[in-house]
Amino acid sequence: MIEMDNVSKWYGPVQVLKNCTLNVSKGEVVVVCGPSGSGKSTLIKTVNALEPFQQGQITVAGISVKDKKTDLAKLRARIGMVFQHFELFPHLSVKRNLTIAQIKVLGRSEDEAMKKGLALLDRVGLSAHANKYPGELSGGQQQRVAIARALAMDPIAMLFDEPTSALDPEMIKEVLDVMVALASEGMTMMVVTHEMGFAREVAKRVVFMDRGEIVEDAQTVDFFGKPRSERAQTFLSKILAH
Amino acid sequence: MNYRWNWGIFWQVSPDGAHTYFQLLMYGTWWTLCTAFFAWIIALTFGSLVGVARTTPNKWLSGFGNAYVELFRNIPLLVQMFLWYFVMPELVPDSVGTWLKQLPNSSFYTGVVALGLYSSARVAEQVRAGINSLPRGQRAAGLAMGLTLPQTYRYVLLPNAYRIMLPPLTSEFINTIKNSSVVLTIGLMELTARAREMSEYSFQTFEAFTAATIIYIVINIIVTEGMRRLERGLAIPGYLGGRIKKPSLLQRMRLRGVQ
Repeated sequence: MIEMDNVSKWYGPVQVLKNCTLNVSKGEVVVVCGPSGSGKSTLIKTVNALEPFQQGQITVAGISVKDKKTDLAKLRARIGMVFQHFELFPHLSVKRNLTIAQIKVLGRSEDEAMKKGLALLDRVGLSAHANKYPGELSGGQQQRVAIARALAMDPIAMLFDEPTSALDPEMIKEVLDVMVALASEGMTMMVVTHEMGFAREVAKRVVFMDRGEIVEDAQTVDFFGKPRSERAQTFLSKILAH
Repeated sequence: MNYRWNWGIFWQVSPDGAHTYFQLLMYGTWWTLCTAFFAWIIALTFGSLVGVARTTPNKWLSGFGNAYVELFRNIPLLVQMFLWYFVMPELVPDSVGTWLKQLPNSSFYTGVVALGLYSSARVAEQVRAGINSLPRGQRAAGLAMGLTLPQTYRYVLLPNAYRIMLPPLTSEFINTIKNSSVVLTIGLMELTARAREMSEYSFQTFEAFTAATIIYIVINIIVTEGMRRLERGLAIPGYLGGRIKKPSLLQRMRLRGVQ
């Protein structure tokens, strides 16, 4: 579904991605982890071309992200993305957040979009908040709305860029629960996260990045059981110490 | 000080033989309002376009926007007024230049264009700042949903940026009203020009400029209050100073357990 082949990216003289190769098959959940500044977020943003890259190739469902002939807006509409800071549109009610792209991008009717949006809002347990504004919701609630907003576009894959990093501890679970449910339904997911519990429970594979490189790409059991690289071992010992 | 106050002067007929001084000041106020209003429309339109251009990823567009702002912002308004009024008609082909010079109310049109473009550079600077002050993720979120860049501006960035910009835009609107007095230098009989005329004809300088001062203050207070209402009307609950709706008296009583 998502195929990255030898992707490299530079900010001026600094190389932030080094020959990254990674495949996510249909229905697979892949967790990307690594120390901060390792390029995880940059990598996931290259998938829907929010971050341009200089070398390599990325295709999503067979469509090249880099090809100038690709209609990027159309491709992005099919890839759901969830951000660290939620990025709900603050001037629109929850309802409008859920419907605006359905109407403006997919050309759905107001009724159809609203039906779909409210059904998804119900799914993330927030039906009661349809008429509120994002500023009136807690972080966890906002992130659940953001997931529902992405799902409203009927995405073929979902990208999560540290979806729980900006949340208070007690709100992390409500967001992870939604993501676990989504994974169990067979959604293709690429998830940048530090939630190792989530990775262990849900991910098929774990990708470990350090200094712009993919250091390890292993089955989940193998990654936690016997990480091959020293850097992954150090990383794991640090974050699993408590 | 040997000054003979005469507040009755406003009701005396001016040397034109037809109008009282009060009427002349009112004509002046009318031209001030017209000049400021149309200049503001130009400023808002061009300022928005140029401000947006400066925030796009396109190098040519943002480069053009930067040049535009630097050009109109760095030349004094008075000089710009003279350039448009005295120099421009000489630079264009003769026939056009003559047409411009003979245009009725040509100082009004020139004044509106000069003041409008000058103010547009300042508005552009605020539009740029407003858009750039939004969280960077907002643009990414719009694009990630499949909105095109223009749609992202239209539905996501601008509605938020304009809300942030309302207070500085209010100041800019007031500046435009005050700066409209510069148009008197190219011969438009707006409020300041009328006050000066009254002072020269009647020698009641203090009365004339007191009246002008009060009229300017009243206009600007009305504008400020109007913009404040607009701000309040557009405030978003829970965001940017927008208040979360207060519970009604009934709800508060229920919360406190009052039956």
